[in-house]
Amino acid sequence: MVMRILTNLARFIISIIAASVMVFVVLRLIPGDPAQVVLGIDASPELLEAKRAELGTDRPLIVQYWDWASGLPFGDFGTSHLTQQDISPMVLDKLQVSLILVLLAMLLAVIIAIPFGTFAAMRHNRVSGAMISAISQLGIAIPGFLAGLLLVVVFSLQLGWFPASGWTPPGMDFADFLSRVTLPVVALASVQAAILTRYVRSAVLEVMSEDYLRTARAKGLSPLGALLKHGLRNAAIPVITVTSIQLAALIIGAVVIERVFVIPGLGSMLLDAVGNRDMLTVQSVVMVLVGITLFVNLMVDVLYTVVDPRIRNSARGSRA
Amino acid sequence: MSRARTLTLTVSTLAVATLALTSCTAGSSGGATADPAGTDSITVALTGPPANLDFTTTAGAAIPQALLGNVYEGLVQVNQDGELEPLLAESWSLSDDRTVVTFTLRSGVTFSNGADFTAEDVKFSIDRVKSDAWTSGLKTKMDIVESVNVLSDTEVEVVLSRPSNVWLYDMATRVGAMFDESGVADLANQAIGTGPFTVESWKPNEAIDMAARSDYWGDAPKVSTATLKYFAEATATTNALQSGDVDVIYNMQAPALLSAFEGKPEFQVLNGESTGEIVLSMNNRVAPFDDVRVRQAVMHAIDRQAVMDAAWNGNGTLVGAPVPPSDPYYEDLNGVYPFDPAKAKELLKEAGAEGVSITFTVPTRPYATAISEIVVAQLKDVGIDAKIASAEFPAVWLDEVFTKHDYQMSIILAVEQRDVLTMFNNPDYYIGYDNSKIADAAAAADQADEAGYISGMKEVVRTIVDDAASNTLFLFPNTVVAKAEVTGIPANAVSEGLFLGDIGWN
Repeated sequence: MVMRILTNLARFIISIIAASVMVFVVLRLIPGDPAQVVLGIDASPELLEAKRAELGTDRPLIVQYWDWASGLPFGDFGTSHLTQQDISPMVLDKLQVSLILVLLAMLLAVIIAIPFGTFAAMRHNRVSGAMISAISQLGIAIPGFLAGLLLVVVFSLQLGWFPASGWTPPGMDFADFLSRVTLPVVALASVQAAILTRYVRSAVLEVMSEDYLRTARAKGLSPLGALLKHGLRNAAIPVITVTSIQLAALIIGAVVIERVFVIPGLGSMLLDAVGNRDMLTVQSVVMVLVGITLFVNLMVDVLYTVVDPRIRNSARGSRA
Repeated sequence: MSRARTLTLTVSTLAVATLALTSCTAGSSGGATADPAGTDSITVALTGPPANLDFTTTAGAAIPQALLGNVYEGLVQVNQDGELEPLLAESWSLSDDRTVVTFTLRSGVTFSNGADFTAEDVKFSIDRVKSDAWTSGLKTKMDIVESVNVLSDTEVEVVLSRPSNVWLYDMATRVGAMFDESGVADLANQAIGTGPFTVESWKPNEAIDMAARSDYWGDAPKVSTATLKYFAEATATTNALQSGDVDVIYNMQAPALLSAFEGKPEFQVLNGESTGEIVLSMNNRVAPFDDVRVRQAVMHAIDRQAVMDAAWNGNGTLVGAPVPPSDPYYEDLNGVYPFDPAKAKELLKEAGAEGVSITFTVPTRPYATAISEIVVAQLKDVGIDAKIASAEFPAVWLDEVFTKHDYQMSIILAVEQRDVLTMFNNPDYYIGYDNSKIADAAAAADQADEAGYISGMKEVVRTIVDDAASNTLFLFPNTVVAKAEVTGIPANAVSEGLFLGDIGWN
């Protein structure tokens, strides 16, 4: 088990390094000179040259890469040439916002998906079960940003129940935080809840056909009782997998939702930085996103090893 | 801070729950208690956030828009009619040879860090523009200054290398902003000026919170706090106004969304003017636009009224030349190139450019994408086949079109004040206009007296238009949408700064 975790950890580190090289190179391939963006259309060639020297963009790429990458393990992303502020605290600040958004959305999605998916599985040959399947199909079909726009039109502009945009940190004014976070979280969660519902349904369906569940029923447990006592732990494995994969997708999806609701998260930061060729900021935000995605995958693998005795045993077996 | 937030919440809740807001009367301004109508604060929605707070090293219109007039002040300013007015200078006089400008400064003016504003600060500020500390390209506007001499605490003379009408006007722009020597250590994050507001907090890409100074030398602002909120999308601004999160949308970027506000008693729509020209630029140095007949054909081929109607809901002003009516040398040149497709085809035939294909590089801005489609359709009618190539703005557009001149036709909103000479009196500018016909006239006009300046510049502009150096489609409107009770909004965007001090509540 320890070996397995160590292998995963090594894979994690190699992936991070590879990602940092790729991000760096790709950004250098797109057209646009950061010095020109800073100085604008009035800049003379001499001023531009001086600016490039100041920003260090005239140095060899390998030097620029090392300068940036060597700070990464210490959480030092450098200074934005545009805002002239340290990037790390800004990223941390925006990351909090995005994480709150994403985690709340995932929580909401799971809370919706588990009972509905289980219900749909237990009633899979009834109208009520089919209805839930149809609704979840619809939920998958509507993109998050469209859901967001619709929510704004109905609940903010028509009914006036929620503000249309903006962000208040929960620690500052919790009531205001709730009113502002509700619509974006619902928009983000709607698609995820629909996807998860389908996975929960099929996972539960599969478990229900297993022999051990039939045995449990034969021993006198009710269908739901048998499922709760013996089935859910097994059904949880594929659901955890999907949830974690979706968590990564959700972070990316939040980029768009943040734009719709004018939320100052990583997504907004990323888009603004790309437009301004604020290279260090773009690189750093992308690395944080990549890091989170890889970290989630790492955690899933570890979780697997802990939750599922078969994986744990097979790992032990393969070592023997 | 948190009071302002609570206030915003209260306002939005009230606004959406009832119509009570419209019947609310203004409370005592500057009162200690937060009143529900929010009359002590104002929130203005803008698009295009400033990268930082330092316009001496960073380009763009966003930083001076937020800070000039509010935090930084110059010796002179431009009023809503585009005329020069005294600000930190009470008055000024010109020497007989028009090369020495002597300013008499207002006394009792202090910077927000407590330092007094004196003639030494004027010298420091102007000299600083000429030093390496300023890296913004606009610093060349100060090249003409030979020396700044302090005569007394309130008197300072500026010696110019030659007479210039433009220089005094430039002093009303960002290069004329007055700084305190002890307040320039961290301009990107700390703005210290003589203006009526101080920057309380700045969140990059989000908002700037300003507070009114109690020790301001002039009239106190109408509100004690003002917030500039930045939005990436026009739809988000209109949503925010409708749901009560902002009080004013300044320079609204989506005329199609205006219908949600027009004719509603809760809102007001102001159709102000700006100095921004929508320029359909043709690269004068490359085929087919190196032939004046082809450029003139484009002038006749485009129905500018139809372009403005289709792309921008008819909002804007047709000018026919790259000069807004707020400039002293403006004249209506709309009649020079009437919409005449037959004439356009004839000119193309003469030039041997029938059925020519061009690439039309369009920056990714709402106005540009909206206009490009109809321009392409109209060019097609006379036999010019224009293919749209999208260029990300600003990075790619600046790189390809502006710096490398690698384009045939493009479109851009030229926002700078009095920029006709910037665009056309420089053959190395991206338009590539051969300025040999106007250079002397332009120089003479700048050194002449007021009347000579105006007549000389008119001549320059007419030459540029005759040469069809580029097609000024229309003057960009400054559309403002606000809650009905908001007063004092400067509807005309004719100076660099958006002055917040007059904005208040009815």
